[in-house]
Amino acid sequence: MNDALFLHRIHFAFTVTFHYLFPQLTMGLAPLIVVLKTLAIKTGNDSYNRAARFWTKIFGINFAFGVVTGIPMEFEFGTNWSRFSQLTGGVIGQPLAMEGTFSFFLESAFLGLFLYGERKLGKWVHWCAALLVFLGSWLSGFFIIVTDAWMQHPVAYTQLPNGSFSVTSFWALLTNPWALIQYAHNMCGALATGAFVMAGVGAYYLLDRRQHEYGRIFLRVGVIAGVISSMAQGFPTGDLHGKYLAKHQPVTIAAMEGLFKSETGAPMVIVGQPDAEHQRIDNPIVVNKVLSFLVYGTTSAEVQGLNAFPKDQWPTNIPLLYFAYHIMVGLGTVMIVAMAAATFLLWRRMLYGARWMLWIILLCVPFPYIANTAGWMTAEVGRQPWLVYGLLRTTEGYSINVNAANSLFTFLGYMGLYLVLGILFIFIMQREIGDGPAPAEVHSIESETQTTVA
Amino acid sequence: MESTWFMLVALMIVAYAVLDGFDLGAGILHWLIARTDTDRRTILRSIGPVWDGNEVWLIAGGGTLYFAFPALYAVSFSGFYLPLHIVLWLLILRGIGIEFRTHLTNEVATGLFDGFFSVSSLLLALFFGAALGNVIRGVPMTADHTYFEPLWTTFRTSGDTGILDWYTLFTGIFAVSALTMHGALWIALRTRAAMHDRAAKLANRMAPILGFFTIVGVPLTILARPSTADNYIEHPILFFLPVIVLVSLYLAWSWSRSGAELPAFLASCTYIISALVGVAAALFPSLLPSSYGSEFNMTIFNAATSDYALRVGFIWWGFGMALAIGYFIFMYRMFRGKLEPDSAPSTNGAR
Repeated sequence: MNDALFLHRIHFAFTVTFHYLFPQLTMGLAPLIVVLKTLAIKTGNDSYNRAARFWTKIFGINFAFGVVTGIPMEFEFGTNWSRFSQLTGGVIGQPLAMEGTFSFFLESAFLGLFLYGERKLGKWVHWCAALLVFLGSWLSGFFIIVTDAWMQHPVAYTQLPNGSFSVTSFWALLTNPWALIQYAHNMCGALATGAFVMAGVGAYYLLDRRQHEYGRIFLRVGVIAGVISSMAQGFPTGDLHGKYLAKHQPVTIAAMEGLFKSETGAPMVIVGQPDAEHQRIDNPIVVNKVLSFLVYGTTSAEVQGLNAFPKDQWPTNIPLLYFAYHIMVGLGTVMIVAMAAATFLLWRRMLYGARWMLWIILLCVPFPYIANTAGWMTAEVGRQPWLVYGLLRTTEGYSINVNAANSLFTFLGYMGLYLVLGILFIFIMQREIGDGPAPAEVHSIESETQTTVA
Repeated sequence: MESTWFMLVALMIVAYAVLDGFDLGAGILHWLIARTDTDRRTILRSIGPVWDGNEVWLIAGGGTLYFAFPALYAVSFSGFYLPLHIVLWLLILRGIGIEFRTHLTNEVATGLFDGFFSVSSLLLALFFGAALGNVIRGVPMTADHTYFEPLWTTFRTSGDTGILDWYTLFTGIFAVSALTMHGALWIALRTRAAMHDRAAKLANRMAPILGFFTIVGVPLTILARPSTADNYIEHPILFFLPVIVLVSLYLAWSWSRSGAELPAFLASCTYIISALVGVAAALFPSLLPSSYGSEFNMTIFNAATSDYALRVGFIWWGFGMALAIGYFIFMYRMFRGKLEPDSAPSTNGAR
């Protein structure tokens, strides 16, 4: 692997991984804020409004970090991956431009109203603003998934004489089956992040013996959303995604599972490290026949191993792919178990006093972040050695006119800048969560909105 | 269809310049006219609800450029690699400065964040001006349509050019002064009392300087790349554009002096719009000229995507833009009017 290619890859991987820490929370929180605001209107209990205001603040902070780290993504296609952009812009330019046109304008306009306009708008209009922010952020996710899905599973394209690709059916591009499955799976993941963070903050307040009223609201909403999203994350969305992947990228699934040789009644590896040199798994713990069942619905089916494919089709980093996938599945399972237990306790009205469970909920907060990141790594590392699966290799997509030194320079720049951003983020979040929701008499949001109508 | 998309992309860039222009301008004069903490918070509040939406025009414009002219997007973004990433860093620092200043209460931290906001606004205006200068002057590309510009080379405007040369430095400073006036007129429109007076005074002082730059700019542009005059010579009717530029600048100045704040601000908008449309008219049908000669220019014909894509895009783009313009009108109506000075610093970190 040459230096420039490696640097362009790590440049994109680093900036996009850091970026996605923020949108996964905002996309997850947006519907939960709508739920809180709906509860406020339905029950007339103002605590829900103050809870919504608190989460709106958290949302706003994360949204701002998401925006500033998201802008570079839109430009890096051109700066670091210019040959890829030139060849595929005729297809994926559509969803990327639509994201700007439909979701960014919607989000930014209504987020301003949502954050600054509660007093002026009245409760129903403000509720609508919250709903539109939710819609905008989920629409944004959809267009990004359409873009990625086309790279994973290209549809509705034709290749022009100059080698570039052009879209042939706008509708088929937007309804790429891969995109629909991936979107469902991804949004469950985002919702899980929102739910775990909300429940985790609630658990923290109760463990810290303060903010009891809000702690309970956060736990109730967070745990219910958490159990739904983490279960749907596995079944049906994860299951469907795996089956579709096995059909269209069989070599990827072989590498993900560490299946070096084709097998009938293939086992699933639970623990073990792939040894690519000797083509085996070290210290394996396996469950027999489960892989065949998961992929084909029968324990006797043959699953193709890596040996069934030519080596130039193999993903370029098999251990990374294997670990990313196993970490995603492992943590996803832990999340389901934790939330199922919490839901049971909530139903038996024992959750708020069960400090051991509150500790578990609190300690689980990082898991959806890690699982989402690992899931995206599985998708993108698994797509290698292709940029566009079967059509364009990664080695053919980066900007050849940008040498390794320039890419290294900006990569170092982003690492430094994002380190500062990360510290600032933790500092601000720690303060906001430490302060907690505003007490009933102080409406801090409103002190900032003193504009008078001319 | 290619010509239509040339105009639509130009329109989005113009919208960006006018809208984000005033909040960049507000950032440039953050230190100049805001004396106290209350003043600085007033400036931030005047752009607080809208700056993010304004910046979306840049993102959406970039996305639309990618979709309509993928070859141009690929060639120019990688060719302008270094300045583009520097611009992105500045946008990050500026966004952080605006959004999180209110979360901090001690003076060192607010000073630092005011610095982020102000310095990055100034440098962004300079870089955007220089970028426009690069597009007008042309970039060092030959038949294969790839190039990579270092930050500077010999400071000459032909052959092996860099991002900065005498002409692009001029356009950078030009942009800084234009946005300073534009921002000052916005602040004058949105504030009262001492702040308002200082902003208005600054705008009145900037206008004649800007007039000087505008008039000098024309011969300098022709000197930087002689063929910029071709379209104007061929179609003399285009000369109405420079007339609008000068008239609107004069009106902005005289309205500002007579205290007609909204007309003055709108005249300043017209000034920026007509100046940029004038540039686009000079470029057409080129998107990115070559400093090695016009046979290597990137034009709307060799950079556009397929006709089907352009046609489909036209439908959703029109629909999306109608919605976007609707949101903007609604948003600006909600937040119109003068800001009252905000007395107590909010300690709770409300945005």
